[in-house]
Amino acid sequence: MTSFFLKGEWYDFRDLGNPVGGLLHDIDKIAPHWVVYVVASLIGTGGIVLWGVLSCLAFIWIERRVVALMQNRKGPNRVGPAGLLQPVADALKLLMKEAITPRAADKIVFWAGPVLIFVPALAVFAVIPFGPKMTLADLNVGVLFLIAIAGINTPAVFLAGWSSNNKYALLGAMRTIAMLISYEIIQVLALLGPVLLVGSMRLGDLVGWQDHYNTWIFFIQPVGLMAYIFAGAVETNRSPTDIAEAESEIVAGYHTEYGGIKFGFFYQAEYLAGFAIAAAITTLYMGGYTLWGAEKYIPSWIIFLGKLYTVFFIYIWARGTLPRLRIDQLMAFAWKFLLPIMLVNTLVVGGEVLIWRENDISDVTALTLIGLVNFFFGAALVIGWARFLGHGRGRQVGRRALLTQEVGAVYFGAETSS
Amino acid sequence: MTIKSEPFVVNVGPQHPSTHGVFRLRLTLDGEKIVDADMVMGYLHRSMEKLAEERTYTQNIPFTDRTDYLSAMTGNLAYVMAVEKLMNVEVPERALWLRTIMAELQRIASHAMAVGIFANDCGAWQTPVMHMFRDREKILDLFEMACGARLTLNYMRIGGVSKDIPVEWMPQAQRLLKELPDRFAEYEDLLLSNEIIIARSRGIGTLTPEQATAYSVSGPMLRASGVAWDVRKADPYGAYDKVDFDIAVGRNGDVYDRFVVRLAEMRQSLRILQQAFERMPAGPVHARLGTATVQPWGQAVAPLAYRPPVGEAYARIESPRGELGYYIVSDGGPAPFRFHIRSPSFINLTPLKLMSVGMTVADAIVILGSVDIVVGEVDR
Amino acid sequence: MATRTKFLSGLDIAHRIEQRFPGAVDEALPEFAMIKPERLIETLTYLRDDEELGFKFLSSLTAVDRLEWFEVAYHLESFRLNQATAVKVRTFDRENPKVPSAVTVWQGAHLQEREAYDLMGIYFEGHPDLRRLFLWEGFAGFPLRKDYLNLPGGLNAGLERFPGEQGLDFSGRGTQ
Repeated sequence: MTSFFLKGEWYDFRDLGNPVGGLLHDIDKIAPHWVVYVVASLIGTGGIVLWGVLSCLAFIWIERRVVALMQNRKGPNRVGPAGLLQPVADALKLLMKEAITPRAADKIVFWAGPVLIFVPALAVFAVIPFGPKMTLADLNVGVLFLIAIAGINTPAVFLAGWSSNNKYALLGAMRTIAMLISYEIIQVLALLGPVLLVGSMRLGDLVGWQDHYNTWIFFIQPVGLMAYIFAGAVETNRSPTDIAEAESEIVAGYHTEYGGIKFGFFYQAEYLAGFAIAAAITTLYMGGYTLWGAEKYIPSWIIFLGKLYTVFFIYIWARGTLPRLRIDQLMAFAWKFLLPIMLVNTLVVGGEVLIWRENDISDVTALTLIGLVNFFFGAALVIGWARFLGHGRGRQVGRRALLTQEVGAVYFGAETSS
Repeated sequence: MTIKSEPFVVNVGPQHPSTHGVFRLRLTLDGEKIVDADMVMGYLHRSMEKLAEERTYTQNIPFTDRTDYLSAMTGNLAYVMAVEKLMNVEVPERALWLRTIMAELQRIASHAMAVGIFANDCGAWQTPVMHMFRDREKILDLFEMACGARLTLNYMRIGGVSKDIPVEWMPQAQRLLKELPDRFAEYEDLLLSNEIIIARSRGIGTLTPEQATAYSVSGPMLRASGVAWDVRKADPYGAYDKVDFDIAVGRNGDVYDRFVVRLAEMRQSLRILQQAFERMPAGPVHARLGTATVQPWGQAVAPLAYRPPVGEAYARIESPRGELGYYIVSDGGPAPFRFHIRSPSFINLTPLKLMSVGMTVADAIVILGSVDIVVGEVDR
Repeated sequence: MATRTKFLSGLDIAHRIEQRFPGAVDEALPEFAMIKPERLIETLTYLRDDEELGFKFLSSLTAVDRLEWFEVAYHLESFRLNQATAVKVRTFDRENPKVPSAVTVWQGAHLQEREAYDLMGIYFEGHPDLRRLFLWEGFAGFPLRKDYLNLPGGLNAGLERFPGEQGLDFSGRGTQ
């Protein structure tokens, strides 16, 4: 990271790790070591929780306004100036409502459901680098941690649905398990691409690699990114894959029976999980907190948050636009279409990395070649595999009705009729 | 060791975001597949047929608004046509054209809602609904200008329509007619080739033409199955024999074709409206009936109590949902002896079980959306 | 282009039916042909399948209470030939009216017969699933009948409670 005239002193807010580091350094001089660890973890955790909750509140407003604009109407604009206090109103409402537990529900599991969904969504942020010195725990196996903790979502959703003692909730839970398990595999394979390229699972290293080579892995592995965006949408139950809580079908799926602050937890956890996926995409595929040298002028955490929110906007956009897939279509898409493509992608990336390491090729040419090969080969693979599976061009074109003037005729009937 | 599994029963409705009203569907599921689908209706049963027997013929016209509340003009029209058939009344020319214009505007409004709600059932979070409702709002503004109400219109009378359109109506309608084709093109662009909508609706809920005819299905559902039957062409009423339009017919009888047929019908309605706006003559809008009194401004005012001769009449029209018919039996008194509504939504529900068995729950919702029911009409 | 649906007069229909099934027609007027209940199914099948008639579409099935008898009116249509007609069947039994079910001829009669049973009390023999449709099971009386609310015994059928509730007496008069 290039430094500018502030040079990493404690007042260098371009990287919030600097003031924190300064503080810890001062504490270290006067208190035993364990106090430093405690304070560091408290500051980190507190910061993440604060940021997470505030972002959720902000995005309640942002999402509703953006979706409303897409729907040719205004969004909330009554509560506060331009509706900006709408999240406060929502939070207050949820807090004040009675959190009813159905009589026949399994009480402990029912209580544990929201907690089990909320905490992992928040815990994932521990490994995400918000800036050069702003990772709470830059684990060696950061990517593995990401996948594992995000995977707690699956049984948690099922427990929430099962314990509600409600058929709709059970339907939602069953659908979710099938869906989430399928897309975990896709997610892992999509995350594997950058890891192969960089050679390390530590998220800080991934960002460092992207900074060192001055490129984003997005340009080198477009197929992986597309797959991960889709798998991420599935993992967080967002449209077009919000089958588990498909409002127009099973009312609210696994969180039908939850009211009050318990529902508030689900609501927040959905946003937080969305942010987590967006953060993973930003870190792994879109350069993390770097922006080709602009960290000198713009604080790196602002760059990171900007990218995160931009990626999340894509999810909001998809929600406002696309209808919902059916569960069996979604699973067929995962197993028959995405999985083979991702496997081939992993193979190809591995081969490219091998060729690169073994031979003495300059970095620029190597990366450009890899990027081009991936792009064209990926496009050919996706289109070719789709055609092979039968989703060819002719069958998906919309069709207009026949127009006729005569009455009583039957068109395209199997047998004659009158 | 065998694991015992049993099919379980899920209630879709009566309170549900997607049952188009208070309508209950008891699905027996085996996993996600439907084994049995049982309809429970009657949550909106208001005994209209019995109530109508105690009210005069004119007092029954507001009832006809409230059966199919999403297309009140056609409800009114079918009833007054039945009574006119009973009383052998001839309706003046301008009234026939006005009836046609209003019915076609109502068809566009109703289909806009039907197509939007269908996309909503497929999962697009109200985006198509909001866009289509904008056109619907403009049409409802036209209705408000003409008769004072937006939903329960009460516009048709026995022998014509209640009042003539005001002076500002025609220019505003012409302006609307200029914008609608582009908006329809936009909807067709966005919705017809949308992969997800196609994947959700092609091959779902198929009815062959023989099944459709045998199950008394009518309207867009029948035409989507390939039977080219439209009461406007087969037995023209109003001014339909004087305008040129096509019938939209589908190919496969699945949910996608019903949706396509409704979109095409909206365009044909535009065509009819364009011709009607040019060709509508001036004249009285209400027939002079035997004991009518004439108001100072020259329009006939219908008396409160008609006494049609003893007999019966069955008149049917093409409402946006299908063939809407009224069977009126008269005993010579001021109130009908029997007032029966042949409501298309109710009868179009007959093959629902046939279409749903073997599909998943998500498909059942989409199929119900494609039938396009209005529970007011189902239950009466 | 502008065709009209040809309404086949009841006399014409009655004549054809008489030729095919002598004695099946009860009464014939220009508006409709009245068929005897025991010959109903074969007559309706003939009306549906005959080449010149071809009434494959049952437009409406209506039950009417004519004070002395109950009648069921069938309005039929043919798409191919663009014609329509009306036939009726009646039963003089006021206590337990029974009419053969037309479900085997047109499946579209399924829901309409259930409605007629529910509101008028006409029992359709041969219907696969004749239950009440709009009113709940256990509702006493048939509302569309002309003598509804004049039931013997002073029972006020409209205040009947839902099945499963015990011991509620809303009439205030005690059971009689």
